[in-house]
Amino acid sequence: MNKIWLIVQREFLNRVQKKSFLVTTILVPLIIPALLGGLIYFAVREAERAKPDVVEILDETGKFSLEDTKRFSIVPVKASLEQAKKAYQQSDHFALLYIPASEDVNNPTGITLYTKESQSVEKIGNLERMLTDKVKDFKMERYNIDKATLKDIRSTEVNIREVSLSDTGEEKSSNTGILYGLGMSLGILMYMFVFIYGIQIMQGVIDEKTSKIVEVIVSSVKPFQLMLGKIFGIASVGIVQFLIWIILITTVTSSVLGYFGMKMPQQQAMEQVTKQMDDDEVKEAMQQSSKMPEFLSNLGSIPFGQVAFLFLFYFLGGYLLYGALFAAVGSAVDSIQESQQFQFPITIPLLIGYFGLFMFVLRDPHGPVSFWLSIIPFTSPVTMVGRIAFGVPAWQLVLSMSLLVAGFLFTTWIAGRIYRVGILMTGTKVNYKVLARWFMMRN
Amino acid sequence: MQDVSVTIPEKSIYGLLGPNGAGKTTLIRIINQIINADAGEIKVFGEALHPKHIGLIGYLPEERGLYKKMKVGDQLLYLAQLKGLSRSEAFARTKVWFERFDIKDWWNKKVEDLSKGMAQKVQFISTVLHQPRLIILDEPFSGFDPVNAQLITEEILRLKEHGSTIIFSTHRMETVESLCDHIAMINKSKKVLEGSKKEVKDSYKTNTFRIEHKGQVQFNNGQFVIKSQRALEDDHFETIVKVEGALAPNVLLQHLIAQTEVFCFEQKLPTMSEIFISLVKAEGDEALLKHLQEV
Repeated sequence: MNKIWLIVQREFLNRVQKKSFLVTTILVPLIIPALLGGLIYFAVREAERAKPDVVEILDETGKFSLEDTKRFSIVPVKASLEQAKKAYQQSDHFALLYIPASEDVNNPTGITLYTKESQSVEKIGNLERMLTDKVKDFKMERYNIDKATLKDIRSTEVNIREVSLSDTGEEKSSNTGILYGLGMSLGILMYMFVFIYGIQIMQGVIDEKTSKIVEVIVSSVKPFQLMLGKIFGIASVGIVQFLIWIILITTVTSSVLGYFGMKMPQQQAMEQVTKQMDDDEVKEAMQQSSKMPEFLSNLGSIPFGQVAFLFLFYFLGGYLLYGALFAAVGSAVDSIQESQQFQFPITIPLLIGYFGLFMFVLRDPHGPVSFWLSIIPFTSPVTMVGRIAFGVPAWQLVLSMSLLVAGFLFTTWIAGRIYRVGILMTGTKVNYKVLARWFMMRN
Repeated sequence: MQDVSVTIPEKSIYGLLGPNGAGKTTLIRIINQIINADAGEIKVFGEALHPKHIGLIGYLPEERGLYKKMKVGDQLLYLAQLKGLSRSEAFARTKVWFERFDIKDWWNKKVEDLSKGMAQKVQFISTVLHQPRLIILDEPFSGFDPVNAQLITEEILRLKEHGSTIIFSTHRMETVESLCDHIAMINKSKKVLEGSKKEVKDSYKTNTFRIEHKGQVQFNNGQFVIKSQRALEDDHFETIVKVEGALAPNVLLQHLIAQTEVFCFEQKLPTMSEIFISLVKAEGDEALLKHLQEV
């Protein structure tokens, strides 16, 4: 035990004292808010500065009197199509929209948009929506609905307030959007962490093997102790780095956001940014900000303490489970290049968890697939943290956590048996059959 | 390995010889408890091998290796602590060795900045820092220049004087010749020879003598056979004589003195290489023979 502790210490100090540790630990929390700040900055600037695109309209029906919007400035033209096209080509206008004469304006056909470059789906979609609205208006009018009624109908908007009822009958308002965002970011973080630190273990094992120090070390400690010491040492580096990041990101992000006059938690800021980018209607953003107090209270209702604890637990569990396997791979090969073939089967379940997170867990957190993904130890770290915020029954958590513990004990046992033989074997051509033989070896 | 049984006397230098793949490393790894033996027993200092003995053994593997990015001082402290030393004790002893090897300014150097020979010195220190009672050195002189090889030789002899038992695994016959008290030879996982250096040499001696003398000599009786005779200087000759039967060397000497003036008289003992080559020839092992003639 004492010796494992020595190894943990060495692994920890050695990594923490490296310049690269300092650089990543400090740069990552700076880069993320910088990116975020940059995005917000450009989004805001674009919204302020953006000149509407000029769209020429050649309307042969004479009925589509489109109005200017934030995005588009409408310039009606009266000419033949050929002339209009020529004129458009010489202008610096954005596009020429051609609406041919048709017998039934309620079912217009052959509408064409001429542009100089191919345009984004988004912009074309906007124009289509404007025309659709117009046609809808025609239809409404045909059914004798007057303009005022029409406006009233148009402005209809229904908001659902989500309230989750707990077992005790306590009411808590919730917001699926926040939960989705939280679950997604936790899941992605988990995936990245397990992978990055797992690779570090493998790298460390390969280094010891190729530098031949390992023979000296295993004459003092058991290979299994060395493996455990390495795994725990790197885990402690990960946890320290993670905690520093949380502190730095929170401080830096809030100050960056504060600079742009958006004092709000980063989560919401992100949502805001994505909303702004998706939606052309700035109206939407305004509406969003009127929802702010409710939003904040929803955010407050998430049990962050529990989430943080579970995240840490699943990180450790997942890391130990995969870390042991990465250590075994490192012990079997002589170089990173050689490790590729064995990394593959380790990566598969991790990837299944990752895609399962997007395909099932976030869409339907309580569905059967989500349930199984978050119970099975190989996928549970990534998928369970995606579910936590949505509320997971206690028995499922207990089951999943116990299975994860059992899972990493199991993989550590397997890995230990391969590791003890592998680290002393250099220059052997290793395949799965050889690994199996090492595993079965008695001593 | 099959039926290899060796007895290593305490406080001696024991040479473990044999070609690559003979099983030397396996035996050494078993003693170091890196791997377990499938069968048989190992006794260290009269006790069955036990994890507690790890701290009493120092091991210098043939393939040298240290943490490249780690500082020399930290590295030695770490390795000594793994062998069970306390940090303060390890620190004190490291300082002693740094002074002995005159490398005081190396403490903060990274191993990757050292030359190969310098790193070897550090590794040697790490092997003996915890004052092991049993020191196992696998090809200890490879990679050392003659000056440092001499330094290490002196240290090895000093350690022996202080009561350590030293096992050498080597191909180099001159090392065996000059340092080892006892030897064992392993080939194809089997022991083919074991004993003290004197015993081994005596059992392979051919009763041949080398004489330096004035003028030429001749023997008329059939008991002394002249193998060769050549002039070293004008009137100064060297003669190799084989004595047949069980005659004492003095009889030969008497014959010589009667004839001429004797400058030098010595029994010509076989060198270790010669012994091994003859041994291998007797066994008809062509591959090993080739190997031995190469080294």
